[in-house]
Amino acid sequence: MEIERPAMAGTLESSDCQVTVEPGDGRIDFTLESAVINQYGNQIRKVVFETLSHLGVDNIKISMVDKGALDCTIKARVEAAVSRSMDQFVNALWGGAFE
Amino acid sequence: MINLVKKRLRRTMMFLNAQKPGLIKDPYIYRPDSIILDLEDAVAENQKDAARFSLYHALKEIDYRGCERVVRINGLDTPYWQEDIRCAVAGGCDAIRIPKVECPKDVHRVEEEILKAEKDFGMPEGMILIMAAIESARGVMKALDICEASDRLFGIALSGGDYTKDLQTRITGTGIELMGARQNLIIAARAAKVQCFDTVYTNLDDMEGFQRDVETIHLMGFDGKSIVNPRQIPIVHDIFTPSGKDIIFAEKVVREIEEKKEMGIGVFTVDGKMIDIAFYDGARRTIELAKASGVYKGDL
Amino acid sequence: MINAVGREIPEEILKITGKEPFKGNHYFDGYEYKKDGPSTRCVINSEGSKLVENIHEVLVKCGIQDGMTLGFHHHFRDGDYVVNMVMEEIHNMGIKDITICASSLGKAHDKLVEFIEDGTITNIQSSGVRGKIGRAISEGKLKGLAVMRSHGGRVRAIETGEVRIDIAFIGSPTCDDYGNCRGIGGKSDCGVLSYSMVDADYADKVVAITDCLVPFPNFPAHISMTKVDYVVVVDEIGNPDKIATGAAKPTTDMRKLMMADYCTQFVVNTPYFKDGFSYQTGVGGASIASTISLSKIMKERNIRMKFGVGGLTKPMCDLLENNQVDALLDTQDFDLNAVESVINPRHFRISAGEYADPFNKGAVVNKLDFVILAALEVDVNFNCNVVVGSDGIITGAQGGHPDTAAGAKCTIVIAPLLQGRIPAICTDVTTVTTPGESIDVVITDYGIAVNPRRQDLIDAMKNVDLPFKTIEELRDIAYSIVGEPERVQFDDKVVGIIEGRDGTVMDVVRKIKKFEFSGE
Repeated sequence: MEIERPAMAGTLESSDCQVTVEPGDGRIDFTLESAVINQYGNQIRKVVFETLSHLGVDNIKISMVDKGALDCTIKARVEAAVSRSMDQFVNALWGGAFE
Repeated sequence: MINLVKKRLRRTMMFLNAQKPGLIKDPYIYRPDSIILDLEDAVAENQKDAARFSLYHALKEIDYRGCERVVRINGLDTPYWQEDIRCAVAGGCDAIRIPKVECPKDVHRVEEEILKAEKDFGMPEGMILIMAAIESARGVMKALDICEASDRLFGIALSGGDYTKDLQTRITGTGIELMGARQNLIIAARAAKVQCFDTVYTNLDDMEGFQRDVETIHLMGFDGKSIVNPRQIPIVHDIFTPSGKDIIFAEKVVREIEEKKEMGIGVFTVDGKMIDIAFYDGARRTIELAKASGVYKGDL
Repeated sequence: MINAVGREIPEEILKITGKEPFKGNHYFDGYEYKKDGPSTRCVINSEGSKLVENIHEVLVKCGIQDGMTLGFHHHFRDGDYVVNMVMEEIHNMGIKDITICASSLGKAHDKLVEFIEDGTITNIQSSGVRGKIGRAISEGKLKGLAVMRSHGGRVRAIETGEVRIDIAFIGSPTCDDYGNCRGIGGKSDCGVLSYSMVDADYADKVVAITDCLVPFPNFPAHISMTKVDYVVVVDEIGNPDKIATGAAKPTTDMRKLMMADYCTQFVVNTPYFKDGFSYQTGVGGASIASTISLSKIMKERNIRMKFGVGGLTKPMCDLLENNQVDALLDTQDFDLNAVESVINPRHFRISAGEYADPFNKGAVVNKLDFVILAALEVDVNFNCNVVVGSDGIITGAQGGHPDTAAGAKCTIVIAPLLQGRIPAICTDVTTVTTPGESIDVVITDYGIAVNPRRQDLIDAMKNVDLPFKTIEELRDIAYSIVGEPERVQFDDKVVGIIEGRDGTVMDVVRKIKKFEFSGE
């Protein structure tokens, strides 16, 4: 899937994360700001990349400000931001199209 | 279809905004019987999409440790409810709470959508239950029909905010404005042999008022109450927990009935009270409540 | 060398500091030493006054020079102006290489970072540091080693002569022209001056700084004129709004209330909960809620507390007000109610030495039955970390944590299992501040773990209906929810030491390293 326009999802509340996406330069460009980056930075990155790969997105600038979100929240915010960045997303919903 | 889960204990059903990670990550530590992950009123119009992603992954990944996971979908008059159901079913929720139910048809529409989603996502058919929220005068008058609308339906709940508006009154804290609805709903639910739940109590500064409210609906026969804050949980559980005396009596009744039945005796006395088979279900229920409340250590 | 809490202490650090690695709580029990007295300039003639025009003049009179050690107290908490005021003048005078020996430093002292960067300040010894100083130290900006020592440990270090304070500055809410200091009566009331008492006794020069000069005699003095060299009057010594705030409203957060309830239930089921027990608790929402629920049970069962210690807040002072406790022993006041309670004749001011010093002839903490504490992290050996944040940056203070934990018969730590994504119960804490041998019980929102060393407490809880778990079970629950954390990556450079209360090295703090994704 192609990112069509910049979009955002999530908040800066505790246990949440805010994800911003925009069209990429032909690759996945990921930046992370997190209070738990030392302990969970690699895990967060892994979850973000897996989620993107599941959505079939490989051309994206994605940045995340993390406030201690669990993996399930990270997945949800990434998917929400990506879905908001494109017009047609419905087919990929709920583990459907890409599994 | 016989689904024993329909009868499970639901003293406390705690509303949580499905869009708030901080709320939905571990509500089980407060030990509510059920949680209601809300996609409707708690979620702002422009976050309906994000809330579904949040809900789906929470259902998929968080171990709610035995709490029943109910999803409150958006109203059938919105563009959201079908996708809400697909998301909740795909995530593997235990039940769907339908808001603003006014007639059996509302239940049927949701039932059809659930079945479709179960098929789409390869889920076993018929496992996901339904509860119907009654939020209008019409809903109250149709309560029995609604209760009997679906095999999946385990209970109905009064939603007092919208209902009192429809009645052209308001929530007073005394319960007087809810009298008729409460009475009607509990009677309808009992007639249909489904459960019945009372509306939320939103004034968190008045814990004594809350306690009185819960005592009232407990005596009226309700199975439980919708909860908006974990502080309310111990109060409800306390009121719904049978006393030591009740438990001992219920234990005797169950044992005596089981024993006397084999001997072919129909009516007998326990502690001076006339007892027959009609007491069995109630006594069983007392034991189950006592077990769930952690106060029963016996072997029944 | 590996110390008694399993921490690797580099030989080089032991060599530089001349310290031993931590060898257990009672390693120094019975140790004898000679205390180190201050040099004293006698005042015999009756002509002079101790009043000095300003900070600059007093620094000159005290003979300020490069390399000196200065003492400060933290009774003004986040409202303190004294440290910055003095250091700014020292900076303007071009003095370098100062060692700050404070009872604690906080957000009020962010400005000191400039002076750390330009070499005015090269050493910091404190209970802990918060805010920007913590970050600066963790980034390796301080030339010397930061020393984090407990309140009792600071008194020990000064009394043994390990630290010699050249000039002590005592911010004093009221003072007369001859140096009689009181913690109450002015516009910057802090109640007590406990942490400064050792400075007054052992510093070569003692300067009282006040914004409320009162007529002689300012009695009963909390710090006597006999120990004070000079008095300086300034416009403001602190911001009253940040020194003592209104009492915190009791928490309505169910998670904290649950932990408070577990704590109270645990306390009342121990054999120590009987008429005449003693108790200390902190300022967190759960500990305050626990004090409130405990007072109810005390009333119901007709049990009185013999004495309460602290770090005091309203709920503890209410016990005194309601005649449920015989005496309060006060080292610090956290809210206005505590400050106001100081005038109660059964509310006693004690010095930090009386409170917690392990190297005197016996401190109050040794007489404690219960202490309720918090922690950032607790490991499966019950070691606690209260100083270094999960990001590796120094962000907290030891305070009396290791002192009270070592002294009390029943030491309870309350911590929510998860702080955001950080598991409070873990395999290894980032840095050890309080050894596991001092910690008896850990209470979380997911369950309670009793230290297996305390079989007596485990037995006492046999029929108690609380969610008991092993500490490993609590860790496993935490990891199952948030995932197992990777260890924080540090640079090799040691930037500070966590000093045991007896002066040994409990742990070292290393310079932080910028995080990089692995495999990139």
